[in-house]
Amino acid sequence: MSGELLKIDDLHVSFFTPAGEVKAVNGISYTLEHGKVLGIVGESGSGKSVSANALMQLIPYPGRVTEGQITFDEQDILGMPIQDMRKLRGKEIGMIFQDPMTSLNPVFTIGNQLVETLMQHTDMTKAQAFERGVEMLKLVGINNPEQRMKQYPYEFSGGMRQRAMIAMTLSCEPKLLIADEPTTALDVTIQAQILELIKELKDKINSAIILITHDLGIISDLCDEVIVMYAGRIVEKGSIDDIFYRTAHPYTQGLLRCLPRLDSDDKDPLIPIEGTPVDLVALPDGCAFASRCEKCLKLCLKHQPELMQINEGHTSACWLHAIEKQEVGA
Amino acid sequence: MSKTLLEIKNLKKYFEVSGGFMKKPKYVQAVDDVSFQIEQGETLGIVGESGCGKSTIGRTMLRLYEPTSGQIIFDGEDITTGNMTPYRKRMQIIFQDPYASLDPRMTVGDIVGEPLDIHKISSGHADRNERILSLLNLVGLNSEHMNRYPHEFSGGQRQRISIARSMALQPDFMVCDEPISALDVSIQAQVINMLMELQQKMGLTYLFIAHDLSVVRHISNRVGVMYLGSMMELTRSESLYKNPLHPYTQALLSAIPIPDPNISRARHRIVLEGDVPSPINPPKGCKFHTRCPYAKDVCLEQRPAMAEIEPGHFCACHKVSEDW
Repeated sequence: MSGELLKIDDLHVSFFTPAGEVKAVNGISYTLEHGKVLGIVGESGSGKSVSANALMQLIPYPGRVTEGQITFDEQDILGMPIQDMRKLRGKEIGMIFQDPMTSLNPVFTIGNQLVETLMQHTDMTKAQAFERGVEMLKLVGINNPEQRMKQYPYEFSGGMRQRAMIAMTLSCEPKLLIADEPTTALDVTIQAQILELIKELKDKINSAIILITHDLGIISDLCDEVIVMYAGRIVEKGSIDDIFYRTAHPYTQGLLRCLPRLDSDDKDPLIPIEGTPVDLVALPDGCAFASRCEKCLKLCLKHQPELMQINEGHTSACWLHAIEKQEVGA
Repeated sequence: MSKTLLEIKNLKKYFEVSGGFMKKPKYVQAVDDVSFQIEQGETLGIVGESGCGKSTIGRTMLRLYEPTSGQIIFDGEDITTGNMTPYRKRMQIIFQDPYASLDPRMTVGDIVGEPLDIHKISSGHADRNERILSLLNLVGLNSEHMNRYPHEFSGGQRQRISIARSMALQPDFMVCDEPISALDVSIQAQVINMLMELQQKMGLTYLFIAHDLSVVRHISNRVGVMYLGSMMELTRSESLYKNPLHPYTQALLSAIPIPDPNISRARHRIVLEGDVPSPINPPKGCKFHTRCPYAKDVCLEQRPAMAEIEPGHFCACHKVSEDW
């Protein structure tokens, strides 16, 4: 199965706060094919979660999509009335949130919440939905699923809750699964369990996945394609090998070398990215990364670089590439 | 090598959780019989998952928590009981969350100057200001930051302020309790470099607590791995990563994702089953036996003692010490 499932075109999202317009997402475009895993990396405030929430029309007040188009399975998401959107959420697009402690309802049993999702979106009877729920819990590796269905979220550990959350999300077999930092709140050994689970399920359910994280290790483990975001823009986009082995953008290069690796020996000082992330209220005219970039040119301070093609399917937004190209051409 | 700066012997810290009126109280065994030494000038890293007692150890060593039993020896003196005031100057701590550990109503100058006031270090206003300024310079901030409030700073800058405050008394020993986990990836490296630089300049000794093994490996000379309040393995950092002995350490290392697609595709991950048991009622025998792929009968019955397997490499595991 291939073909385009999701297309985002020039998406802008802003939050209108008393301090001014916070431009969280500034014109991002990408497409996602059926069954592919797309990773979005970036630091806090880079707009990675906001752009995913926009897919579900879940931008909280005072935020608003100011420009752009989202097409999912040939339907226009942004213009969709709320009733239709409700049918889409959970059924066609599933979402796993970062914090399994707060994304489950504490006063309903896990079973109740699973059954609710299924009855809302399919024409199953309650008994059928219950059975399907038990099946789903088994699928995500929860023992004694019948008994677990009758328990409340507080009776589950963090990893179990995240498993239950995944079961719930997958129960309607969505075409697209958005996982927003699915393991950030978990310990490493539990994180390993969840990542293995997602890997395993990926083949079984054939959903496309958007995985949002700040951990490049997780990306390298799971994804086919990667988008690197900085200050609400895509700075680099490519296949996983492009991003890790043919890294083009200075920010991505910085990210890759600024943390110590488990498998490296040297104790030399790390090479940090100097400075701090930009203020989204007052974005500079030029490249947002310019103030922290060691290869910054005069041009970078004045003009915003667009995504430029490096290779087939590999693009990067940096003026250096334009200069390189010119030199090669000349 | 050099002399031992700090030593803990059989340290225990139990927290009472109320069982209710007239009921027998229960205890969370946060730190359960842990012993180790830290040498002058070295960095000892402590890693483990949440709830393993790594932060409790750090705080108990500074007597921010009173130990339930055991001994703490700092620079040859027993500091388990008695007045801590003279030692506070020499032992400091950096906390994890730079948003919660700075008083929002104090200016940065006052935050950094407070230790000086309490210990009556400075001689007069001008001297105090000068000291504060040199501390701020030390961590890469400057005089214009002195009269601002914490909310005006980013996470990384706040952690710098917090480090400046703990450096104010020129301590010998510093507990770094997850100092970088609340920070963004690109900022983490800045803070790690600064901590390592300060150590070189000032001859500091660190206890570096973190759950991120790659960072701990980078900064530490020796690393201890904790699980459910007990030390499982303790050795030099290179040998922990090259030759992990304890099954828990092996699983922990293999659980860390490495940012390199070829390596991730090739490597086989040891996935531990289940969750960490409750520290109120830890398993009998070896605490890890409920999740250990090698567990035998002896593990269910008998708690393995810390044994020196190779010179300087300690491990508490029946499998390793009896060589199954």
